Amino acid sequence: MYRYDEFDHGFVRQRVAQFRGQVARRLDGALTEDEFKPLRLMNGLYLQLHAYMLRVAIPYGTLSARQMRRLADIARRYDKGFGHFTTRQNIQYNWIRLEDAPDILADLADVEMHAIQTSGNCIRNVTADQFAGVAADEIEDPRVYAEIIRQWSTLHPEFSFLPRKFKIAITGAPRDRAAVRAHDIGLRMHWNADGEAGFEIMVGGGLGRTPVIGKTIRAFLPKQDLLSYLEAILRVYNQLGRRDNIHKARIKILVNQVGAETFADMVEAEWREIRGGALDLPADEIARIESYFAPPDYERLDAASPAFEAQRRSDPAFAQWVRSNVVAHKRPGYAIANISLKPAGGVPGDASAEQMEVVADLAERYGFGEIRVAHEQNLVLPDVRLSDLHALWQELRTAGLATANIGLLTDIIACPGLDYCNLANARSIPIAQRIGQRFDDLARLHDIGRLTLNISGCINACAHHHVGNIGILGVNKKGVEYYQVTLGGNADENAALGDLVGPAFSGEEIADAVETIVDTYLEQRDRGEQFLDTYRRVGLQPFKEKLYAAH
Amino acid sequence: MPLIKDGKLADDPWQVADDGTAAPLIVSLEAWQANEGGIRQRNTPIGIRLASDQSPALIAEDIERFEVIALEFPKFNDGRAYSYARLLRERHGYKGELRAVGNVLRDQFLFMHRCGFDAFEVADTGAAAVWEEALREISVWYQPTADRRKPATTLRRKPHPRRPAAGTSSGPGDPPSVACAGHWAY
Ligand code: SF4
Repeated sequence: MYRYDEFDHGFVRQRVAQFRGQVARRLDGALTEDEFKPLRLMNGLYLQLHAYMLRVAIPYGTLSARQMRRLADIARRYDKGFGHFTTRQNIQYNWIRLEDAPDILADLADVEMHAIQTSGNCIRNVTADQFAGVAADEIEDPRVYAEIIRQWSTLHPEFSFLPRKFKIAITGAPRDRAAVRAHDIGLRMHWNADGEAGFEIMVGGGLGRTPVIGKTIRAFLPKQDLLSYLEAILRVYNQLGRRDNIHKARIKILVNQVGAETFADMVEAEWREIRGGALDLPADEIARIESYFAPPDYERLDAASPAFEAQRRSDPAFAQWVRSNVVAHKRPGYAIANISLKPAGGVPGDASAEQMEVVADLAERYGFGEIRVAHEQNLVLPDVRLSDLHALWQELRTAGLATANIGLLTDIIACPGLDYCNLANARSIPIAQRIGQRFDDLARLHDIGRLTLNISGCINACAHHHVGNIGILGVNKKGVEYYQVTLGGNADENAALGDLVGPAFSGEEIADAVETIVDTYLEQRDRGEQFLDTYRRVGLQPFKEKLYAAH
Repeated sequence: MPLIKDGKLADDPWQVADDGTAAPLIVSLEAWQANEGGIRQRNTPIGIRLASDQSPALIAEDIERFEVIALEFPKFNDGRAYSYARLLRERHGYKGELRAVGNVLRDQFLFMHRCGFDAFEVADTGAAAVWEEALREISVWYQPTADRRKPATTLRRKPHPRRPAAGTSSGPGDPPSVACAGHWAY
């Protein structure tokens, strides 16, 4: 993985010192809260309902065991012993004191981490496929380019006061696990006719109150042009994006307003002026960053492990976990193991300090000390020998981390909602817990099959409810929490927005409604279908009928 | 309003209202376009002030005429003028004074300076006192722009000896230069 050199170390230390000065100016009253707010936001510090919240960047979702231990340490020393992994591969601490924030940032800087640009109207933490570098279907490791973009976007002098926040996601594989079309810029690697790898460029995706699927403005961009092209997009947006209305300020509104073709023309015109200039990425610079992401020392292993096969046959609970949580690795004899942070009745994405430490230990003992954070709010051990999976699973079970539900109904993506967030209309976490308890039967979950369920506490859509197969949105009707339901959303390479089923449900009704949806699907499904297949075949009507039959 | 120029408090000889004398005058885009009072024919120094929705592309033909271009920041978070400044320096080759006016705060000096501003109208003289400190807070940069600071990406490729990060940039007081962006590798 990437390691800081002297420049990066020097930079984050200067940044900590700068913020320490700003906090001191705030505490002695030299800065008002209004003046301080943009400064703290640039360092990931929010003021929430009950305390400050610190959002720490985990660039492209890659962590070392050492970094994970430090995150645990921070949870214990400065929070209530927990951290919350988010849908943007960040970790949030919800109970932070302002006075402690500079020390926390210093602790993070020691392990090559920071909280820069995790909020504010700037280019946010760049996200990537959580299986980058190990996925069997990958063209190239997208983290190389995510790191190049991270550096270019860090304290960018021109783009630190954009009309609105700006999110970039990147995938190196045809299967889109990074929801790239739901981002301001989505990048997806392709081969061109000459066998060179490059990027498809999508812009204007985003959820929130105006959900839009990103549009392709360039089918293929050579790698060396990546930064100049991004700079051209940002420069057009910085000048023309709306600044008069916060709800119309994202790039998607500009793209819709002028049309994707015209927008592409504007970008290309700007790009012609700067391509081949100072931002050109020479092959040796790409190679330098690539060397940080070189594959670890894999052993030569057989593709099949008889011991693993035997364990799978003799231990049904293990087999079930393998079925949902283990994914093919590109090297023979290795597997990718997903760790669910969604136990039945738990808070999606929460991990205790102890659990973080367990995961760090396991990453060292059953891998090369690397951990990934998935945008679905789960963790990943990317390099596990097939023959070690059973032992790993047993240890995970002891730590309460072996829930076999990745990609299944209870692998719920939920935002913090009204329990923490001062923008919320309704609570998300208790709804996720209620649904989790309702479906607390693994055999049933596995029978239901692949089904994504996302819960956002307000229209800002932090949990991406529009692209959940089942999407739940908290709304407020005359001071009472209600929940709107959409069906058929999808976040992968066939991204689609869900359809609204009808009137909202109360907090008491919502778990029943989800159960009705699932039962209707089970009645309707044909052999071999997943929820989304059935939904696309039968449409909204049967679900509507069942849901509102009693009304 | 106090003016910081080249890192120091400076006298501001520029007027914003035409009092009929030959004093250097900063005009609005509207006045310039309408040639109010025959300003286009004046041979005394002229500057122009652009609002944040007025792109410098609108004055591209006349850039040589201006000794000052003042770009407005109506709110600290209206960042359009950062792009305008870079375009003026790097695309239009503007070499005169580039002045930041409006909501110009200490914590933005560095960004502005990197984009090519060399003069800053500030709310009070206290801002001048902290200028040096504000510009010294960060010395490692990752982007090539039209100032003289070399980004980390360039410094990494330099032959030895590598210098420690804290001393890597050129001094914070260096005036922006327009010539060097082109040959900076990434
Ligand atoms: S979706 Fe709304 S309630 Fe949930 S975290 Fe985002 S802003 Fe807060």
